[in-house]
Amino acid sequence: MAAVTRDARAELRLLARDPLLLVLLAAIAVAIVVFVVYPLLRVLIASFQVDGVWSLEGWTELADRRLYRSALLNSLGVGALVGVLGVVLGYLCAFVLTRLDVPGKTFLHYVTILPIVSPPFVSAVSILFLFGFNGLVTRQFLGLDDFSIYGFHGVVLSQVFTFAPIAYLSLRGVLASISPTLEDAALNVGATRWQTFWKVSLPLSLPGIAGAFLIVFIESMADFGNPLVLAGATFPMLAPQAYLEITGSFNLSRGATLAIVLLIPSLSAFAIQRWYLAKRQYITVTGKPTASSSKIVSPAVKWLLYGIVVAFAALVAAFYAVILVGAFTKVWGFNYAPTLAHFAYVFDVGLQSVKDTLIVAIVTTPVSGLLGMLVAFLVVRRTFPGRTALEFGAILPFAVPGTVVGIGYILAFNAPPLLLTGSLAVLVLCFVFRYVPVGIQSGIAVLRQIDPSIEEAAQNLGADGLTTFRKVTLPLIAPAFFSGLVYAFVRAMTAISAAIFLVSANWNLMTVQILNQVGSGRLGVSAAFSVVVIVVVLIAIGVIGLVVDRWSRHTTMVRHP
Amino acid sequence: MTDSITIRGLNKIFAGPEGGTVAAVRDVDLEIGAGRLVTLLGPSGCGKTTLLRMIAGFEEPTSGDILFGDRRMNEVPPNRRDTAMVFQSYAIFPHLDVFENVAFGLRLRKLDGAEIETRVNRVLGLTGLSGYARRSPNQLSGGQQQRVALARSIVMEPRVLLFDEPLSNLDAKLREQMRVEIRELQQRVGITAVYVTHDQVEAMSISDEIVIMNAGAVEQRGSPHAIYARPASRFVADFIGKANFVAATVVDAGHVDVAGHRLALPDPGRPAGTAVTLVVRPEAVHLSVDAGLFAGTVRRVMFLGNIAEYLIGVDGVGDWLVDAPNPAETGLFEVGARIRLEPSPSSVHVLPA
Ligand SMILES: Nc1ncnc2c1ncn2[C@@H]1O[C@H](COP(=O)(O)OP(=O)(O)OP(=O)(O)O)[C@@H](O)[C@H]1O
Ligand SMILES: [Mg+2]
Repeated sequence: MAAVTRDARAELRLLARDPLLLVLLAAIAVAIVVFVVYPLLRVLIASFQVDGVWSLEGWTELADRRLYRSALLNSLGVGALVGVLGVVLGYLCAFVLTRLDVPGKTFLHYVTILPIVSPPFVSAVSILFLFGFNGLVTRQFLGLDDFSIYGFHGVVLSQVFTFAPIAYLSLRGVLASISPTLEDAALNVGATRWQTFWKVSLPLSLPGIAGAFLIVFIESMADFGNPLVLAGATFPMLAPQAYLEITGSFNLSRGATLAIVLLIPSLSAFAIQRWYLAKRQYITVTGKPTASSSKIVSPAVKWLLYGIVVAFAALVAAFYAVILVGAFTKVWGFNYAPTLAHFAYVFDVGLQSVKDTLIVAIVTTPVSGLLGMLVAFLVVRRTFPGRTALEFGAILPFAVPGTVVGIGYILAFNAPPLLLTGSLAVLVLCFVFRYVPVGIQSGIAVLRQIDPSIEEAAQNLGADGLTTFRKVTLPLIAPAFFSGLVYAFVRAMTAISAAIFLVSANWNLMTVQILNQVGSGRLGVSAAFSVVVIVVVLIAIGVIGLVVDRWSRHTTMVRHP
Repeated sequence: MTDSITIRGLNKIFAGPEGGTVAAVRDVDLEIGAGRLVTLLGPSGCGKTTLLRMIAGFEEPTSGDILFGDRRMNEVPPNRRDTAMVFQSYAIFPHLDVFENVAFGLRLRKLDGAEIETRVNRVLGLTGLSGYARRSPNQLSGGQQQRVALARSIVMEPRVLLFDEPLSNLDAKLREQMRVEIRELQQRVGITAVYVTHDQVEAMSISDEIVIMNAGAVEQRGSPHAIYARPASRFVADFIGKANFVAATVVDAGHVDVAGHRLALPDPGRPAGTAVTLVVRPEAVHLSVDAGLFAGTVRRVMFLGNIAEYLIGVDGVGDWLVDAPNPAETGLFEVGARIRLEPSPSSVHVLPA
């Protein structure tokens, strides 16, 4: 114990040679406690209180009332099914697009990941356009008038569509890192194609598959927009239910209890992913993606798989086409005449929310991006007491559903000394800490591959800690910085689950507008808002790319042995 | 401008696995005169890099002092120590071109543009990189990258130059060439330099003084010649060059007894009857068909061009390595041949048994 405190003191003394860095570190640590840990604690406390008095009422009600029990079961069921379907689809796409020799791979790749850069419930709106009461397919083509898309199947459809691309991206990394020569070797010793797949390819990617499943499961549990639009009254789910308890019945205690219930499976999945699976992934980060194509599928199977992927991509394209057309259509289902009225509405009545969203996103992006790289730098390159705790605290928000965060923020920041609700600051802070983990993790991954002596060389030549970070580390981890920035911007533009608790008359967001418009049946306006969001996001990705590129002139690195 | 380095009672203890400790550097005392080039030489893991990194300030000593001139440096952070280190991996900034790499430290000192330009160009000229100023590092060969690292250090005109196995990534030819260049450059600029290597030839050819390290401690220090001719221990004798170790007993002030043979030696400096170990270098033994104190049988011959290396079973003594010069001229003994061996007395060194 004495040795531990002596080490800690020595570490702090070393760090104190760089006073600026020490101050920054302290500020980050305090901020994580205040803006990540404290709100969660408030939710936990609120779940054990009714009107400020300690009570177990929230929890006993949860056990007694069918509504809450089925909300839990429904959310878990949907999460598991979406996880399975999303991973199957994602694996298929990843396999076809990385391993098979088929035409149009790059194009298919970009179409497939389109849902990642759009608000997560755009698909819900498309589904209403296509399969709703006045849906193009259900009403116009099939003439059904008693079909309801609301409920289990609607939510699952929409979520698979929204989250399969996430599984695809992560499995793509997994597959690309497994050398096809292993398959060749198996075939070479006489295994059949099926044996090769079952005995070699699948087991090798199994940890990656499990990881992808858990990520999709977490996303699905936390998803708020799709269930709110598509679950309907007879199919309660946790995230929207918690929201309704608070904004509808003003029952903080029950909302908080539901939030904690929502948090538990997400945190468990996150813990499994991080401490169990991460150690078992056969990924070599430095391994070159291999270009060789797989020989384990026969031509017939190959084209079948390709067909499925093309069909999925076509569905994605169709969903977005429907949004685009819907944004220019007078009244979907009745009058298909083209109109600019919805956009006129967006840029007139909705203009304030467009501006607000942009301001929030533009402020959030650099703060979150820089914070992410700074935390990665500190965690990888410095030793200080509480380093693991800091990393954990900074990554934790990834596993916390937005609904929980939102409730935590209104509990934590609606009274002095931290009266923030209703301000720009609360939105920005919420987004910064919610979306920084992705930047941190990619920063850490890239930094671990970079020879530490490059940074020592800078110090040796007279650079202090912060100068080293600014002039050497940051340019070197430009790719991670870029993805951190893009992720922060995209999420700030498309977030809903936490934000919906934090918007106010002064600061409103487009995503909330989209939901409101859906709620009041004006699908056209919500489509127009969605189009604006998507266009802004695409432009922003381009701009961020240019800026990062310009500023770190060469991102190509020489790696020394 | 340049400084002497004084190291007193320096220790570095790392926390080892499972709560244990690793003593990477143990009780090191060193005095390195201003303007001299001193090599730290020793087998892998003996603590050379750790010692160097403590001088640069990247590692905190567990105890002991480091002084530049008479200034104690322990508390000075690496960026204010005014040392310049050439890293084993070169550690060139991959996002900057050659010129900017070399100018990096000068820019941090906020020198004006014209001065930076002049100084960088002068050093690029000195290191033979004049034509490469605007190249990106990944367009350079290993040797050129090495020179960039060197130029980046020298341009700072630091108080102390530090080298951590700077040549270990180069091929043999280039290594030899760079060795000469580094030595000439260091002498021209006259900066105190500490040079880490585990290559004894490199150490011999470049240093004013060699410090032999073993398991974290200094085993011996001295000029290359002194260390080779008068190694202080078996470890040093074995590490620097090749050596035959021969058990002997002191007879009197001028002789030792080796397996019944009386070998004349300058003065073993030990009382009669003391058991000693003789260090007999392979090149200090003369082979001939008929004349020599010892007799033996050739067991192995290797023709290496400039020498022939023999393994000879010496009667009653054991196996010796013996080098014979210019074998192309004098011809080779065959395996199995009986020959005689005569160690040259002035080259035989006496160690405690
Ligand atoms: N950060 C560290 N933590 C724990 N042990 C360390 C650390 N750095 C070095 N060591 C240990 O200290 C000892 C000396 O290491 P050092 O790198 O100084 O050796 P070296 O002489 O430079 O070897 P080489 O010739 O292989 O570079 C080794 O046993 C090494 O394992
Ligand atoms: Mg070393």
